[in-house]
Amino acid sequence: MADAVFLALSVITIGSAIAALELRSLIYGSIALMGTLGGIAGFFLLLDSPFVAMFQIAVYVGSIAVLILFTVMLVKRELIFKKIEDKRRKFAGIGLMLVLMVGLGSVILDSGIKSITTDEPAVDFRDIGADFLTYYWPALILMALILAGSVTGALVLARREDVGNEQRAN
Amino acid sequence: MSNELIDFVLVSVALLGIGIYGLSVKRNAIRMLFAVEIIINAANLNMVAFGRFLPHSGGQTLALFSIAIAAAEVAVGLSLIIVAYRMYQNIDIADFRSLKG
Repeated sequence: MADAVFLALSVITIGSAIAALELRSLIYGSIALMGTLGGIAGFFLLLDSPFVAMFQIAVYVGSIAVLILFTVMLVKRELIFKKIEDKRRKFAGIGLMLVLMVGLGSVILDSGIKSITTDEPAVDFRDIGADFLTYYWPALILMALILAGSVTGALVLARREDVGNEQRAN
Repeated sequence: MSNELIDFVLVSVALLGIGIYGLSVKRNAIRMLFAVEIIINAANLNMVAFGRFLPHSGGQTLALFSIAIAAAEVAVGLSLIIVAYRMYQNIDIADFRSLKG
């Protein structure tokens, strides 16, 4: 059975996920998204994987959420507060969400996952480092190239072509 | 350890449902990116949970790869949103008409 810390974390995570999608202002929405990402980091701590939790906080809460916040600030003010959706679609979406949750949840509850428990010690983070440098080293290099390429691509895409170099200097 | 695998998997299912709701209902491009982030995090939670209960180091390794790829995806996605906003002065995806086939 789940303990109190788990219940509190799941309420925070799921509640702020709903808030991130439903709050009127995009700025508050992105701050609520930060709550969801931080809650997931808490789950990683509960699962005895502090290395992944620190990575999650550094990458998601530290950089992605701030990136989203800055993008929101670049958008016009009335667009930040405007809600664009139609009512019928919203009800259909809520129905889809409930069907998905109940369907997948009942399948999972009927499966053998329920009986899985473990008394074994958690994986040491040194093993993860060894994995990265032995078996997964081509994937690690490929990931570094993808990251560099995507960041360069993002910079090239977001560059403004209508602004000249002399205007940029000011 | 008092928490069982099923608890984490159920939280992950709930997050997946919320993410799919956001993707299907919202027309705001930035909100759709939020929904994608929520779904990716649900997947990461699953990977780490199964890796803990097997126990196997592969779950955490894959989760780390997935976090890094998601960071790249968000950088490109946000810059695409900025470019589209500059072209149409709007972030409603129904207005991005030149992307239509």
